[in-house]
This record gives sequence, C-alpha cells and structure tokens, in this order.
Amino acid sequence: MRPVPLLTALLMALAALSLFTGVSNLTPRAVFTDPEATRLLLISRVPRTLAALLAGCALAVSGQIMQMLARNRFVEPMTAGAGQSAALGVLLATILLPGEPIWAKMGLAAGAALAGSAGLMALIRPLPPTQPLLVPLVALVYGGMIGAAVTFVAYQGDLLQYVEVWLTGELSGVLKGRYELLWLAGATAAATWVIADRVTLLALGDAAARGLGLNVTVVTAAGLAAISLSTALVVVTLGAIPFVGLVVPNLVARHTGDNLRAALPLTALTGAALVLAADIAARVIRQPFEIPVAAITGILGSMPFLLLLYRGRARV
Amino acid sequence: MISIRNLSHVIDGRPILHDITLDLPRGGITALIGPNGAGKSTLLSLIARLTRIQQGQITVDDLTVGASSDRDLAQRLAIMPQQANVSARLRVGELVAMGRYPWNRGRPGYEDRAQVAESLAKFGLTQLADRFLDQISGGQRQSALAAMAHAQGTDYLLLDEPLNNLDISAARGLMRLLRDMADAEGKSILIVLHDINYAAAYADRIVAMANGRIAADGAPDGVLTPQLMRDVFSSDADIIRVNGRPVVVV
Repeated sequence: MRPVPLLTALLMALAALSLFTGVSNLTPRAVFTDPEATRLLLISRVPRTLAALLAGCALAVSGQIMQMLARNRFVEPMTAGAGQSAALGVLLATILLPGEPIWAKMGLAAGAALAGSAGLMALIRPLPPTQPLLVPLVALVYGGMIGAAVTFVAYQGDLLQYVEVWLTGELSGVLKGRYELLWLAGATAAATWVIADRVTLLALGDAAARGLGLNVTVVTAAGLAAISLSTALVVVTLGAIPFVGLVVPNLVARHTGDNLRAALPLTALTGAALVLAADIAARVIRQPFEIPVAAITGILGSMPFLLLLYRGRARV
Repeated sequence: MISIRNLSHVIDGRPILHDITLDLPRGGITALIGPNGAGKSTLLSLIARLTRIQQGQITVDDLTVGASSDRDLAQRLAIMPQQANVSARLRVGELVAMGRYPWNRGRPGYEDRAQVAESLAKFGLTQLADRFLDQISGGQRQSALAAMAHAQGTDYLLLDEPLNNLDISAARGLMRLLRDMADAEGKSILIVLHDINYAAAYADRIVAMANGRIAADGAPDGVLTPQLMRDVFSSDADIIRVNGRPVVVV
C-alpha cells in the first residue's frame, strides 16, 4: 500500500469535512446559491482549514528535524523550549514594542525560539547517549522553566489572558487576513527538504558526518533556524500545539525509517491530517462551543508519547 | 602516502602524543596496537581531521589535513563510523548510499547506484538492503558500516576498533574483506586493533604505540616479541609461532 496517495486522499476528505463543519450550518448546495454562505466559506472555513493543514505540516516537520539534530526520538520543539521561548518573545514584544507591526513581533518571537532551541541543544549535548530518556526529561524541565518565565512576565505585566492565547493553540479565531503567516511556516517546512540528505547524515554522529565532508555546524544551524521559524510562526498565529512534532515523526519512522528525503513528505502529510482531524474534533465535541485544538493533540499525543518512552526503554 | 610529521597533541593539559613522525605508504594494511591510553584513537582522529591538529603536520598525498577542503579529503580518505553512534532508523541500502555523499552531495546518479550495489554485494548485504539497521545482527550492522566506507570509494580507509562486539566468525569475515580490499583493490587501510592476534594474522605492518610515542614499527614477525609485550603492554604473555606466524598466548 503506497502511503502518499492514501494520505492525500485522507487529507482531501478531511478538508472537505472541515469546510462544512462548524457552528453555522453550511451545506455544499448553499455555497452556490447563498452569497452569505459563500462569504462564510471564503472568510472563515477555507482559511481555518488551510491554517490547520499548514500548521500540522510545519509542526510535524520541525519535530522530525529536531529529533535528528538532538539524535533523540523523544523531543519536539513545542514542548522542549522553542514553543515557550517563542511565546516569551512575542510577550516581550507586546510589552516593549507595543506599536510595532506584526512582523517585528514575529521576528522577536523567532529569535527567542532560536535562542531557546540552541540552548536546549547545548544542554543535551553532554548527556550520555546510553541514557536516551534523560534528553526528554531535560527538555521537558527546560521547556517548563521557560513556560514559567512566560507566566511570570505576563503576570507582572497584567497580560495573563494574552499568554493563554499563545500557550494554548486553537483555531477558532482564524479568519482571512489573520492566518497568512502560516504560509511562511509551510514554506519553511518545504524548504527543509532541500537539506534533508544533509540532516540525515547527522544521524551517523558528528565525526562520521564530518568524515563524509559534511559541514556539521552549518547544517545544524540551518536546521535549528527552520525549526525556530516554523515554531514561532505557529505560536504567534495559532498558539502552541503540542505533541504533533513528537508523534508524527515516530509513526513515520516506524513505517519508512529516518531517511528524511523519503520520510519528510510523509511526515508533512501526516502532520497536516492529524491537526486538521483534531481541529474538526475540537469543533464537534462540545457543539456549539469549541475546545482548543491544543487540548485534543495534547490528549491524543501524550498517550503515544508514554508508550514510546516505555517501549524505547525496553529497546535500549 | 599519509605522512605524519612532528605531531604532538595535548588534551586537558595531559600530553597524548609526543612528536610522532610516521609514513604510511600506499597499499596494504597497517595495524595500530598499544595499551589503552596510548594515543591510537587520537592519532587516527587527527589523520581523519575529526580533531584539530595542535602541533605538527599531516598530509594525505598532496592534501594537507586542516588546510584542504573537507570534500577533497572525503574523496581521498574514509573513516568507518562506530556502530553505537548511528541514532536513526535507516535501511542498510540507505546507509551504504550515504558513503557516496562526498561525490554526489545527496543527488545520487547512475555511478553512485552502481557503486552502492557493488559495495553491498562485496559485503554480502544485497539481500538485506531493504532491512532496517535495527532488524539485523550486530555483525551485519558492522558489515553495513564497512560497506558504507567502501562505497565512499577512497584510496585510504581508517577504522577504529571495528572488531568490538563481533563474534569470531564476524570478526574474521570483516578482516578477510579488508585484506581483500587491500590486495584486490589496492586500498591503504589503517586500523586500530585491540586483539594483537588479528593484527598479526591480517596486517602487513604493525605500529605499536605506548604513552604517545611509537614503540615499534615493522612487519608482524619482527615487532611481536615477548620484549614488546613486556615493555609496551606490561604483560608477561608469551609469544609462540604457529604456522610461521607469531601468536600471543593469552
């Protein structure tokens, strides 16, 4: 069974479902007869569907790249400091540069995410490879500490409600004109395909990769930059969506392995499908109210995460 | 030829190598032996440019290690990675194909595929090409790493203790393949070995190191003496001859 056509078909079905799922009743027929319905479709449903697809794709791909850079299966940027750092960046931007345009805030968030993920790499580098569970442990504590700093700064600045927006990802606010930054996240994810082979070589260890003539520093820096930019874009536009970057690459690795040139397209499609499905569920479960998509992926993702940790330990 | 001139190296204030001068001409297998901490692995990683040279000079043919580009050196000299370091779930064929990176920068062409197929066949891995590394035995994994280094198509091949964790049949199989690469393909192989008997059986030349210096250098016959065992390894192990070959009695 070829996974790519299968996933593409699944994505199209989910996208169609997503267009006609929501509080206001919208039928395919009405789209062509009722101008109000067409407007709803173009202003709200299409952007929301695209946002879920782009975010899922970016999150899953950056998770896979981070796992290769960290040489560990159990980390993903959203929970390992990059997501929290991006929130800290955009929070500081809100406090310090209130009048600046969105791209300036975005820049600060991406810079903070880069510093956060570079900090994580420096922290986990000395950890012994024989103890793979130390890496996610350190990463979760590290992410938690930055998250606490975010809450503290927000509390001091009376911005706790804003912080909730960045720390808990949801798509109910997505409208035309308010999600377009995610195209950049999708483009960043697509661009990582260019360095896929180089990132895969890192799996041989720094020494062997350099022995093959790879510039390890440049490839690592490029990977971290891509991770940070994607993460920051998703956090600023939708808020943090956890576990997608962890579960999807692990699923794909079981099926296809870690050769990124083959794996990344699958990862992107699977990530998009997961976030879109989670967002449809978020709209349906408590109709007419919505549940943040982050809560759904958190629940859906944490169970496989525990399973992975348990199985990973059995294998090591 | 690999030429090492006046090479000294210090790690954390502790001298590891003292003024080493050594020539490794093309062809044949040279085994580096010596007790733990003698500086064998450091010497190998300096030649392979994995550690920056502090003092002295190493040249590989016309290329100077540290000055020539990584890509040029990667087309001349391959180092076999250690098994424990491969962190990703890769197929055997994908791993071996990585050895072609210095030539194709990740865009394999017809020649690359032909070379990969040849390396897989040489190491008896053709049937396993689509299996993941975590689905094969330790000996097969080691063969896959050796096949990857072979696919790199370099004149020089460096191996750091490749026999670790191999059973006797896998270890002999790997050494025989290296012997064949030296004899049939004219490769120059430098290998760090712990087991002196493997060095005696398969190497053309043995370089024994102790305390960062070269203690003995020559054909196995001349180098392996009870005196060497005492001076270099501080061991009273006896050396006997079996079929005209020196053997350490352990």
